[in-house]
Amino acid sequence: MTRISVKAGQRVFLDRLAKMSGQNVQQCFQCGICSGSCPMLENMDTHPRKIIRMAQFGMIEELEQANTFWICASCHACNVMCPRGVDLPRLMEALRLMTLRKNQNKVEPSRLPGEMIKEYPQIAMVSGFRKLTG
Amino acid sequence: MKVLYYPGCTLKTKARNLGDTAVESLALLDIELEELSRWNCCGAVHSLADDDLIHLVAPVRVLIRALEQGGGRLVTICSMCYNTLARANRVMRDDPEKRKTINLFMDEEPDYQGEVEVVHLLSMFRDEVGWDLLRERIKIPLKGLKIAPYYGCTLQRPREVGIEPVGRFDLMKHFIEALGAEAVSMTSADRCCGSYQILGNPEVAKDASSIILADAGKSGADALVLSCPLCEFNLDRNQGVLFEEGRISKVVPAFYFTQLLALALGVDPRRCHLELNSEASIGLLRDKGIIAS
Repeated sequence: MTRISVKAGQRVFLDRLAKMSGQNVQQCFQCGICSGSCPMLENMDTHPRKIIRMAQFGMIEELEQANTFWICASCHACNVMCPRGVDLPRLMEALRLMTLRKNQNKVEPSRLPGEMIKEYPQIAMVSGFRKLTG
Repeated sequence: MKVLYYPGCTLKTKARNLGDTAVESLALLDIELEELSRWNCCGAVHSLADDDLIHLVAPVRVLIRALEQGGGRLVTICSMCYNTLARANRVMRDDPEKRKTINLFMDEEPDYQGEVEVVHLLSMFRDEVGWDLLRERIKIPLKGLKIAPYYGCTLQRPREVGIEPVGRFDLMKHFIEALGAEAVSMTSADRCCGSYQILGNPEVAKDASSIILADAGKSGADALVLSCPLCEFNLDRNQGVLFEEGRISKVVPAFYFTQLLALALGVDPRRCHLELNSEASIGLLRDKGIIAS
């Protein structure tokens, strides 16, 4: 059996990811049904299956650079299909929060065009700010 | 019958076509939707990080208000509110550790343990009103209208709060048929519309919405029926933009389920706030003879 060894720095990151998401990425056996069921796949530079693989190997830098978790809309299509019970939307949320909690917003509310604020429903604003600002 | 309901932010403003038509229709079915006397925003999305309990405070506060007002159950009309409140309720009911932390934090409130049952209005039609009664009360059957049910994400996922098992769309199908319309199935019925990405990554959201609308067009549907103001925005009100940008070749308007219900129950179309839908929606209803030209 191949053992996956990770360095101390990676361990800290992976422990944090596991604690925030409540998910054990080693559960995943890479069937790819998450990628297959993802409606946003074409806009992602790294498929959801690969994100879990990177997490399994502690590839922090690659994980942080991927746009996957910023494209994910938390639709839970992957989550209901996963045969291993991995709640991938939770993993995506943890990855988003690791950036957002450094005060690095993906959307700046003060910079949104006035037209958008006037036109968009409250539900778009609230959910967008919840997911894309710290 | 009096039923306690939670409107949420959008139903009182940009989605009055969902909220007002629900209240008026239900009254015609002898159900009084009694608005929660004090409520706040539910937060729109469920908190997915285990160390992010602060975002559960808003929905839990709503649930406490419901319990105080004597509501053993709380009806929601917006599917995102339903999802957020139902999931927060499950955390309070099933997770003793988080429940304890949240109750301690909200020390000005009575302790809450998930006592309220959160129900989506569509489930109430199936489980309480019944399709036979609904059929009996219809005054203007929506004949000749082909409608595709669109559930989006939040009515069925995650499974533990789904109003119907994943991949089954019988509830809306029966609803559409009870109104006298024809239900048309499409493969994108539970595909994400792009959701809040319309704020952060509009191109991504537009791609997602366009796929659904193209599928609806191919399925032969005249319109979509839905229950979420964010889906409505992405799929209906934003449809003109999608068409202009060449992303879709056929316009397929969307209606809230309560708007179609109100029209079928004989509510004056002027009270159905069709002006808040896309222009194509009014044109379609005129073409089908459901509203006067």
